[in-house]
Amino acid sequence: MAGPEIITEIKNKIPDFAPLAVLQNYPDEINIKVRAQVFKDTCLALHKILSSPVAALFALDERKESGCFEINSIFVDFKNSRWITVNMDIPQENPGFDSLAKSMYSASLFEREIWEMFGIQPKGHPDLRRLRLHNEVWANENYPLRKDFRKMQSGNLSDYKFGRVEGDGIFEVPVGPVHAGIIGPGHFRFSVAGEPIINLELRMGFAHRGVEKLFEGKLCDDALGLSECVCGDSSFAHSLAFTQAIEKISGVVIPERAAYLRGIFLELERMYNHINDMGGIATDVGFSFPSVFASIIKEAILQLNARLTGNRYLRKVNTIGGVLANIDETKKQVLLDSIKHLKRDFNELVKMLYSSVSFMDRVDTTGVLRRKTAEDLGVVGLTARASGIPADLRKYFSGLYKEAKFKMATQESGDVLARLRVRISEFQESCRLIEEFAARLNKGGKLKTEPELKAGSALGYAEGWRGPVLYWFKIDPAGLIQRCKIVDPSFLNWQGLAYAVLGNIIPDFPLCNKSFDLSYAGNDL
Amino acid sequence: MLNILKNRILKGIVTRHIRPELSKEIEAAGSELRSLIRKKFGRSLHIREIDTGSCGACESEIIAANNPIYDLQRFGINFVASPRHADCLLVTGPVSKNMLIALKKTYAAMPEPKFVITCGDCALDGGSFKGSYYVEGAVKDILPVVLHISGCPPSPLQIILSLNILLQKA
Repeated sequence: MAGPEIITEIKNKIPDFAPLAVLQNYPDEINIKVRAQVFKDTCLALHKILSSPVAALFALDERKESGCFEINSIFVDFKNSRWITVNMDIPQENPGFDSLAKSMYSASLFEREIWEMFGIQPKGHPDLRRLRLHNEVWANENYPLRKDFRKMQSGNLSDYKFGRVEGDGIFEVPVGPVHAGIIGPGHFRFSVAGEPIINLELRMGFAHRGVEKLFEGKLCDDALGLSECVCGDSSFAHSLAFTQAIEKISGVVIPERAAYLRGIFLELERMYNHINDMGGIATDVGFSFPSVFASIIKEAILQLNARLTGNRYLRKVNTIGGVLANIDETKKQVLLDSIKHLKRDFNELVKMLYSSVSFMDRVDTTGVLRRKTAEDLGVVGLTARASGIPADLRKYFSGLYKEAKFKMATQESGDVLARLRVRISEFQESCRLIEEFAARLNKGGKLKTEPELKAGSALGYAEGWRGPVLYWFKIDPAGLIQRCKIVDPSFLNWQGLAYAVLGNIIPDFPLCNKSFDLSYAGNDL
Repeated sequence: MLNILKNRILKGIVTRHIRPELSKEIEAAGSELRSLIRKKFGRSLHIREIDTGSCGACESEIIAANNPIYDLQRFGINFVASPRHADCLLVTGPVSKNMLIALKKTYAAMPEPKFVITCGDCALDGGSFKGSYYVEGAVKDILPVVLHISGCPPSPLQIILSLNILLQKA
């Protein structure tokens, strides 16, 4: 039996633990199938053993095949570079399971999602309001991710109930979904006592487009373009996670050259977004010169992307089995020259920011997300690293990055300044990595292998600039996608923002918001 | 004061040209845009942008059109914070069910005369998201649209060129 040591560890917590099956289909994935009665305890045991929040929790509609719904919950084991999935079957009559939310907050949003999309009830969940399908426009008892869902049936519409903070002198400030800037849609409701924010409730889902359902029934090749439109500023990370899942299922090994090229493009995407955020933070404190300077640097990287690949947002670069865009010797020279210029400009910018006392005063100790809060919420990626959680898929999972001696950036204080500092070190690290990867691009070498697609299920993952992007796929023998579960880091991190702003004043909200810089589209799917 | 002067003298002029071959194209398109806006709108055109469920790439490019390299503002185009200040509504993204009310209300809040432009392939007919259970479909079925800026996402230069075409028609 594969992966025995983790089973022993679970047995230490639950003495009579007996899994139905333990599978290790891939070196980095262990799948433990359990009975529904012990699902909750197994998840909580893994949560303790790995001290990992739940990375994904989602349902599958298998009623046609086995007459059941299936629930998967995925945990990450950084120490051994692998993912551990616990799954169980739920009978189709009155589907439900014991909620994990009260013991493990990170499961809370996922459970609400399962309830609204599949109608499987997490019993004992304290808050079952819908996340994306707004009650005002979507009738009850219409579950879009069930296989037999075709079109919304009529039913009751109702209003959304915001959480209320009541007391003397407390007032509410509603903002959105249409904001003042050029930005995605979302609704924020602040409860304020005098100046400080005492509660912030986020209502998202305005950009919900039903992405997961759109993937279903598509051929993998056709679906690749869709994955690039899930979250516009992480196009490459999304398509990378997508292709890696498919490649894992089919056992495709991509050529070495393609792996390095993917590394370069992933870092380029990180760079243009980090510089964009640094400019955004400067804008939000009214420091316009560096913000304009940052926008010039961003434009330079976007134009570099266009010169290298023909697309400013690195779309149509990834393909199943490799990459389509090549960096030949002339382009490599362009790339290395640009990196040299970018480094010079970037250092200027950092000097400009750090030497302004009023800027530093605004960002220091503003919007603090404590490590404990971040751990409880299951915050991931850049935000987690700024709060002192050493979590980065590049460090633990990728051989490429190990070879290049990747250095992870972490900060302890969890404030806007910490997130800015993480961005700064990651930008510099990205420059170094690109030079490193470019040096290893051997002459010639194939760009892609012709993949032979197989059926199966697997998890694909990539550390995008916000954090880990996960794609879980199930492909049927005809090569059609049966189920696609996407977890964008924004989904877990928005809650972090709601806690980070507490005690701050509303004028500092844009600053906190920008320092997280989360995606509306990636969250709403 | 002395410090500032010292800095000025030591640093000299710090501005520099970025890809001059591109900027010629922008200048040509932009000056045409400026003269059209002068002729048809008196001085300037004010745009309110609304995202009805886009992936965020269109927003990124519209913001890029305002950076110093393109600098849409010098040709007479301003992006405003409120629909009440706007002549034009710029819609990006497929219209999700949740944004339908917000889109209609934003349009209703604009003073007459007003017009609507769509930006990006999703806004035309749903693009990649066409046929989804949560997408209402084309913006033109909901509001009167006078121009579509195509592309996924359209580059800043494409945005400027498309606006030229619009204003010539108007």
